[in-house]
Amino acid sequence: MLANAVIQVGIFSVLVTAISVPLGLYMARVFAGEPTRLDPILKPVERAIYRVCGVHPRTEQTWIEYAISMLLFSAVGMLLLYGLERLQQFLPFNPQHMSAVAPDLAFNTAASFTTNTNWQAYGGESTMSYLTQMAGLAYHNFVSAAAGIAVAIAVIRGFVRRSATTLGNFWVDLTRATLWVLMPICFVLTLVLVWQGVPDNLSAYTQVKTLEGATQTIAQGPVASQETIKELGTNGGGFFNANSAHPYENPTPLTNLLEMLAIFAIGAGLTHTFGAMAGDRRQGWALFATMGLLFLMGASAAIWAEQRGNPQFAAAGINQTASASQSGGNMEGKEVRYGIVNSALWATVTTDTSCGAVNSMHDSYTPLGGLVPLVNMQIGEIIFGGVGSGLYGMLVMAVLSVFIAGLMVGRTPEYLGKKIEGREMKLAMLFILIFPAVILIPAAVAIVSKAGLAGISNPGPHGFSQILYAYTEASANNGSAFAGLSANTPFYNWSLGTVMLFGRFMMKIPVLALAGSLVGKKAAPPSAGTFPTNGVIFVILLIGVILIVAALTFFPADALGPIVEHLAMMKGKLY
Amino acid sequence: MAERKATALWDAKIVKVAFNDSLRKFDPRIQARNPVMFVVEVTALAVTIILGRDFVEGRMALAGFEFQIAIWLWFTVGFANFAEAMAEGRGKAQAETLRRTRTETQAKLIDGAATKLVPATQLRRGDVVLVEAGDVIPGDGEIVEGVAAVNEAAITGESAPVIRESGGDRSAVTGGTTVISDWIKVRITANPGETFLDRMIALVEGAHRQKTPNEIALSILLAGLTIIFMLVCISLYPFALYGGTSLSMPVLVALLVCLIPTTIGGLLSAIGIAGMDRLVQHNVLAMSGRAVEAAGDVDTLLLDKTGTITLGNRMATEFIPVLDVREEDLADAAQLASLADETPEGRSIVVLAKRQYNLRGRDLAEKDAHFIAFSAQTRMSGVDLGGRQIRKGATDEAVKFAAEHGGKAPAELPGIVERIAKNGGTPLVVVDGAHILGVIHLKDIIKEGIRERFERLRAMGMRTVMITGDNPLTAAAIAYEAGVDDFRAEATPETKLRLIREEQAQGKLVAMIGDGTNDHRRSRRPTSVSR
Repeated sequence: MLANAVIQVGIFSVLVTAISVPLGLYMARVFAGEPTRLDPILKPVERAIYRVCGVHPRTEQTWIEYAISMLLFSAVGMLLLYGLERLQQFLPFNPQHMSAVAPDLAFNTAASFTTNTNWQAYGGESTMSYLTQMAGLAYHNFVSAAAGIAVAIAVIRGFVRRSATTLGNFWVDLTRATLWVLMPICFVLTLVLVWQGVPDNLSAYTQVKTLEGATQTIAQGPVASQETIKELGTNGGGFFNANSAHPYENPTPLTNLLEMLAIFAIGAGLTHTFGAMAGDRRQGWALFATMGLLFLMGASAAIWAEQRGNPQFAAAGINQTASASQSGGNMEGKEVRYGIVNSALWATVTTDTSCGAVNSMHDSYTPLGGLVPLVNMQIGEIIFGGVGSGLYGMLVMAVLSVFIAGLMVGRTPEYLGKKIEGREMKLAMLFILIFPAVILIPAAVAIVSKAGLAGISNPGPHGFSQILYAYTEASANNGSAFAGLSANTPFYNWSLGTVMLFGRFMMKIPVLALAGSLVGKKAAPPSAGTFPTNGVIFVILLIGVILIVAALTFFPADALGPIVEHLAMMKGKLY
Repeated sequence: MAERKATALWDAKIVKVAFNDSLRKFDPRIQARNPVMFVVEVTALAVTIILGRDFVEGRMALAGFEFQIAIWLWFTVGFANFAEAMAEGRGKAQAETLRRTRTETQAKLIDGAATKLVPATQLRRGDVVLVEAGDVIPGDGEIVEGVAAVNEAAITGESAPVIRESGGDRSAVTGGTTVISDWIKVRITANPGETFLDRMIALVEGAHRQKTPNEIALSILLAGLTIIFMLVCISLYPFALYGGTSLSMPVLVALLVCLIPTTIGGLLSAIGIAGMDRLVQHNVLAMSGRAVEAAGDVDTLLLDKTGTITLGNRMATEFIPVLDVREEDLADAAQLASLADETPEGRSIVVLAKRQYNLRGRDLAEKDAHFIAFSAQTRMSGVDLGGRQIRKGATDEAVKFAAEHGGKAPAELPGIVERIAKNGGTPLVVVDGAHILGVIHLKDIIKEGIRERFERLRAMGMRTVMITGDNPLTAAAIAYEAGVDDFRAEATPETKLRLIREEQAQGKLVAMIGDGTNDHRRSRRPTSVSR
């Protein structure tokens, strides 16, 4: 079935590349304020928004003003969502009469959607009213993604502007990201999903009699419209508990492909936006290539591990080989509709980015197959990454790489002609340091506390993996789950919610400060002695730095989880 | 001091001092300056305490394991200390040599009419000293009288002696350099402790070494990584506890020390000191580590032509006779006209004539010779010998001279003169009374190996620009021969400043090399870098 894997991954990769270039160049135009074809429809809307909100679109902000705007906007949005959840029983569009969400869960969910994590400690169809889903969750699906894109654009401006003081206007970037980028794509994609059979209604749940005579409740709702932004904005919060494994969210192979493309589209496109804004498209291609190679490594490893299946089953005489009639491999927790390749590919895509939507249960993966999503997130979700966050995370790694390369060449390191000095290193290190801190410290607390241990569903290293995975996905703002963990407890709701907020905002602030520090520098033109950051050597170096930093940081912890579990499995012990 | 030789790596004295120093550096107050090694030392101490406890309580197997780890940790700290102390020690040894030069030098202080010997260290600003051939100049100063050839190899590394003379812009001398001919009187301009030599001593000793910008950035990276790895190791303890294992502190410490960047963290300052030391061995005086880094970042290098790309003086390379004049006669006349000419150009004419036609310098005192020295008005020099009036000089002046004596310029003369100018040379017309004999081709001599050096600079990413006051034709010829990337002709000091600003406006880092003699003595530094 190697051919199947190569064809599926190949088609997907080609489509991602093909989409990313025009989308990236389009975004560069949008954020430069250049005219686009959508202007006749959107310009009046944009003007109206600015007039109502009192935004002066031509006033630019320094990095501090930009960061404060972003933080205030997120804080207010988070409070509103919390209020909506707590009061949903009194509000309209609640045909199932859902009661108020408990405070800890409401906090967790509010933090989760504000930070673009979309970790769901609840089941959507059994907890949230339609109003909460549409006005609360879907709203955040849009604006948390738009805020991510806005910060990425501001960071790019920091790298490419010369001797300037400002990074743009947060409100303008936010509005344009929503109106020009997210809305139009969602509009088209939603219609396609509806055509493919995804429901979009405000009906009460349907009661049906099954063939066996039992009664089944089939959940309904505005699914298609939420589904598109869930993927496009790398949110990942499913309308249904089963997420994209649910046939109403992801009914056909075509929707599966389109949804995966939507997850990668903006993250991949932003690399070209970067290249276009830097005035050197190859700079964007270098980042794209780095991300693409890391993606292919992860996808190959995951597909290989899952297709190989469990040697203990083979020893027990179970046929795990792929054939025309079965996918083979480890099919536990996977949809038969998708098989090994599309499940493992989705798992890679959803954790490369900060999406976290799932079409198979990562908890049921083989230890090594489950390690791939974990490592993808531990790398920092910079393989195309969350919309916006992937690009600026990658730029921080690029800064680190040119610094190391610069020291080897013997020149003061430069990126896009900007000198990387002590202040930049300080901020880059802060960015890199916060990430493991908000994973390892709470995971260490959880693993020795009663409340933490109460959540795990499997003993031994697999239980440890569940906890490690939970804090990793929370700080990386992914939101996918190693589903075995029972996370809807006050302990996990509060701790994971806090970790999400740290993982989002404590990393955005240093990266904006980095941009603010770079924007004031003049750029030296490249000379023969400049280390080129748009070539093959840079791509290799960048991949090396990314993998080494992640490996040194997380290998000891991973060794106690998936790796020891794998070794135990080879010896015949399963968890 | 001239034979400043590399100190052997394992010089017993240095090793001994370094060993003692490395013990002193275990002091946590000193270690605290280096976060990485400080962490290693603290953990080493902790492991040692645990070792002590287990030893006293009789857990020998455990104590043995802990002993191994403690040894490795202390050795790691000790080795970093030792490397740094060795680097410092070598610098100190070099400083010692320099200091001896200064203290052992005796100065001939001029006291009224007589001179008396005083140690160089006692000289104060304003003292005037006599320096004769073979003496070491005792301190930085200005020549107030005399002219001498000075060997400045000790500070510039340039082995060819330079002429220093009173007045003008070649009057400054530096302590530690040697007068090799003639004598000079020098007024001391620097008090002890402020001289060039003192600054150099401070530099190689590493006493005032400041962290360079890149070093600071690297330290931040290393400190950041150290914090991350401490988090990793500390969190590993509860993780393992869940797995039913209690990791002991020495085990976690061992992992931590493996993870944190001890190699670079421990050796960073030793590398810095050794780097400065190595530069001094190559006669490069970097005034700070910052300057070394800036030099590495240079994009454009501006070079004075004279003295930097070319040997300061033009040399005669060819005699070009006119009409039916024999080349040998021209050479003979030219040599006669130059015998009393002590300028380098004049001497080179004598030498060329000797080499090409074996014409010996004659003792003209017997022949009733009368020498005419060069003056700015006549723009000619020469000799009146017997009935002959031989002159050499600028073309128009020489033609005028011939015309005054009833001769006229041969038709081919302008062609020859122009050809020489086009090739970057200076034509010097030789005239004997009414007859114009020919032209001497004076040429700028490009320093040996300069082309290769420019090629290496180009490979490092530097663009070289030659700056000269010559006319564009001459400049182009020399630029081509030297292999610079670009040149500016007919440049004034203002042109230079403008050029520097232009390059900087493009975001480039510009460096300037020149002996500064044409630049109002703006700076005595041979090289300066400006951002």
